[in-house]
Amino acid sequence: MPSVQVTTAARVVRPAGLVGRVLENHHALGVMMVTPALLILAIFLAYPFGLGVWLSFTNATIGQAGRFVGLGNFRYLLGDSVFRVVVLNTTLYAAAAVVCKLVLGFLLALLVNREFRGKRIVRAIMLLPWIVPTSLSALVFYWIYDPTFSIITWALRRIGLLHGFINYLGDPNLARASLIAANIWRGIPFFAIGLLAGLQTVSPTLYEAAAIDGAGTWQKFWFVTWPVLLPLTVVVTVFSTIMTVGDFQLIWIITHGGPANATHLFGTLAYQRAIQGGFIGEGAAISAFVLPVLVGAVMVSFHYLRRE
Amino acid sequence: MRRSALTSTLTFYLPLWAFLVLLLFPFYWMLVTAVRPNKELYNLSLNQLWTSHPTLQHFQKLLFATHFAPWLQNTMLIALGATVLALSCAVFAAYAVQRLRFRGSGVIGVAIFLSYLVPPVILFIPLARIINELGLWDRPAALILTYPTFLIPFATWLLMGYFKSIPVELEDCARIDGATRVQVLRHILLPLALPGILSALIFSFTLSWNEYLYALVFLSSTGSKTIPVGLATELITGDVFQWGPLMAGALLGSVPVALIYSFFVEHYVAGLTGALKE
Repeated sequence: MPSVQVTTAARVVRPAGLVGRVLENHHALGVMMVTPALLILAIFLAYPFGLGVWLSFTNATIGQAGRFVGLGNFRYLLGDSVFRVVVLNTTLYAAAAVVCKLVLGFLLALLVNREFRGKRIVRAIMLLPWIVPTSLSALVFYWIYDPTFSIITWALRRIGLLHGFINYLGDPNLARASLIAANIWRGIPFFAIGLLAGLQTVSPTLYEAAAIDGAGTWQKFWFVTWPVLLPLTVVVTVFSTIMTVGDFQLIWIITHGGPANATHLFGTLAYQRAIQGGFIGEGAAISAFVLPVLVGAVMVSFHYLRRE
Repeated sequence: MRRSALTSTLTFYLPLWAFLVLLLFPFYWMLVTAVRPNKELYNLSLNQLWTSHPTLQHFQKLLFATHFAPWLQNTMLIALGATVLALSCAVFAAYAVQRLRFRGSGVIGVAIFLSYLVPPVILFIPLARIINELGLWDRPAALILTYPTFLIPFATWLLMGYFKSIPVELEDCARIDGATRVQVLRHILLPLALPGILSALIFSFTLSWNEYLYALVFLSSTGSKTIPVGLATELITGDVFQWGPLMAGALLGSVPVALIYSFFVEHYVAGLTGALKE
């Protein structure tokens, strides 16, 4: 008898009626709750994604739907000397910037992972380059790279290392290096904070155990820190690679793709051809070249996320 | 003892200071340029790193002789609108995928993650056509509706990490006491996930505030632009650069996000750690 009483006391009273029952069905409620998010992603992400792929096979221009031209745009682009420079630029830009950001960001994460006075404030301000609007910091770099009033030139002349002036954005290779430097500056905090978060998940007991086993600083890093950090490092690097390959604003604000189209990436050339020039199909084809990078990145991150 | 002090200086304080100088110099340069009078800015024989005659003339010019005020208003409106829209979608999506385990929830979780990886450079050309067909060209709504495409995926994943960290037992107890699923979400999960929601809020707001490409493409008239686009396109007129007002604008456009972060940095780092652990 007592057991019956308990059951009665714990009997759940839930709203009856259709609405109540639907809200209690986890399938129905689940579908209802993801619908707004999925709707927005479907209309403004999935649909344009598909439309972009379609447009890259057409000769659409602004105001004209265009017709299917097969691989015409891609064939044209591969023969276009400006586009070939873009492929080289993107490779160089992404490789150089991501490697430097990874190394420097990792160093910074190791530095701020220890206890010292002012730790909190340092961790807060080291994020600044990443959180302020990139277009605004790009303007500062534009000013830092001014051919006449550059602060770098001024400082070098002041200490006697330089006599003339440096035209940072006037020479193709110098312009590329200048853009890469600006990108590295912006991206260091992203790596630093991501890897710092990873470093903090390494349990101190692991280090103690390693110390008891006689491990030195280097061995602790190699056998304790690194294995924990590796998957996170891969994910952060993959994200950064996508963002760097898909960069637009730094380039567009600082050089507009110049001098003489030498610093374009896929995004800036696509903008120039499609939005400014009106060749929608060709621009969409240029953007489509980012897709292989994206697919590769997705495969790598899936591989590591599954292992986790 | 002295040896260890020297070592820690060389291997710790020196590199740390080098990093800080490198990372902060552009902000210092922004500030100094914004307050130096024009006749000092363009005179190379003077010390460029300092001024003894600070002036507000550039700020005055920026605020009263350019469209900075409407840009600020637009940026605020768009960032708030996009954040509210994205978060109200993301909270429910995260709860549903993480807790309800309905049919297809796994696939939807993965799809939302994948959509976070799609960079705007792939989307802006077809999106321009869609925005045009919807009649949203040059309107704030164009951005309020498109920013959630990168805000929702991030916020959903961040919140899923938070929901996951809340013990299921709490929910079960409430369910046994007769709470509906909606009540469980409202009275138990949402209050406990508040730090996560706050991080998502900060993150979404700053991402929207900082966005450049969509704002550049979808807005065309001077008065309807946002700060990031307006400054770079309207204050660089031909070969005449107005570096003073430009840097003043860059400073004013950066300060709000910097302030938000400095207030909430602990939450933010905690949120990011949660998301990465996920």
